Amino acid sequence: MMRIVLTSLLGAGMLVLGHAAAGADGADVLKSQCSACHALTPPAEATLDRLWERKAPDLYYAGVKFNRDWLVGWLQAPTRIRPAGYPYFKDVVPTDKGDDVDAAKLGDHPRLSASDAGAAADALMALKPDGVVEAGLYKNEAPNLRMGEMAFVKLRGCSACHAGKNGEGGRSGPALTDAGKRLQPDFIASYIKQPQKIDPHVWMPASKVTDQDIQRLTGYIVQLGGEKK
Amino acid sequence: MRNGILALGAILAGTLAFSAHADAASEHTVKVYNTYCVQCHGVKRNGSGINVPALSVKPRDHTDAKGMGDLPDTEIFSAIKEGGLAVNKSALMPAWGEVLSDADITDLVRYLREVCKCGPSK
Repeated sequence: MMRIVLTSLLGAGMLVLGHAAAGADGADVLKSQCSACHALTPPAEATLDRLWERKAPDLYYAGVKFNRDWLVGWLQAPTRIRPAGYPYFKDVVPTDKGDDVDAAKLGDHPRLSASDAGAAADALMALKPDGVVEAGLYKNEAPNLRMGEMAFVKLRGCSACHAGKNGEGGRSGPALTDAGKRLQPDFIASYIKQPQKIDPHVWMPASKVTDQDIQRLTGYIVQLGGEKK
Repeated sequence: MRNGILALGAILAGTLAFSAHADAASEHTVKVYNTYCVQCHGVKRNGSGINVPALSVKPRDHTDAKGMGDLPDTEIFSAIKEGGLAVNKSALMPAWGEVLSDADITDLVRYLREVCKCGPSK
């Protein structure tokens, strides 16, 4: 009898432990692991000075930006998205061969456990403030990928700052080499249309792009990384 | 006599105001350059920015007194506000008119004159 009670107690204990491990609290993870560098709520004042003080991109609209599966994987095994660090202008140094990235200034992103990554991803995906992206902006009407690539590389000059296919391109913007896995199509389209509406004062020019450009570019970027949406 | 003094005062005040205006660029203007322009025009302002290896056209060297001196202020203003195409240059110079105010751009033009140590072409 005693043995049965003990076994039950042990079993209950393991259940509790198991629950704690599987059910990491996303809000706690964001607070303890992310909030020191990333804004999880909109800034009171989105000034140019704030851009210079920021340590990492804002995450208060993460739920309309990222794909959850990518977040879960990346948070466990982060790789560098921004070749010149963040913000780029704090990490570049002049050299005899032109500006380069001061590797000593680049830090590694913290790595989360599987349970923390899942919980953090869930909490991030819940951050969906209204008015950040234009839902349905990307129409996915069989965009012409060849024209999209031409716009990305030549006509709209995106690759001047962003690495695209095969990692080729500039370094002041985030690499878009796997953007299709990482980003939601409407976020890509909205950011192309008005970068500063999402990220005030950001150093990406707001070109007067046509809707055709937005559709082609988004269609092209979405398939970078092998994902078709 | 009184009018003469007043007039002299006005001229002096005007000169002072002009001097203040022509002073070194504000911290804000330098920060604007360091945020938006440096990515291509470079930390040294000589057209050697971090993105240059990815560009098919070399960005303008803002320290080049001859090249910059050949440009009128209005052309530099247009290039910044409306992009390279507006002044028959490369599309890789984007239009910044949606990001920067006209006042910011005017200040940048003035700052570029400091950087190139050159006046505008007449």
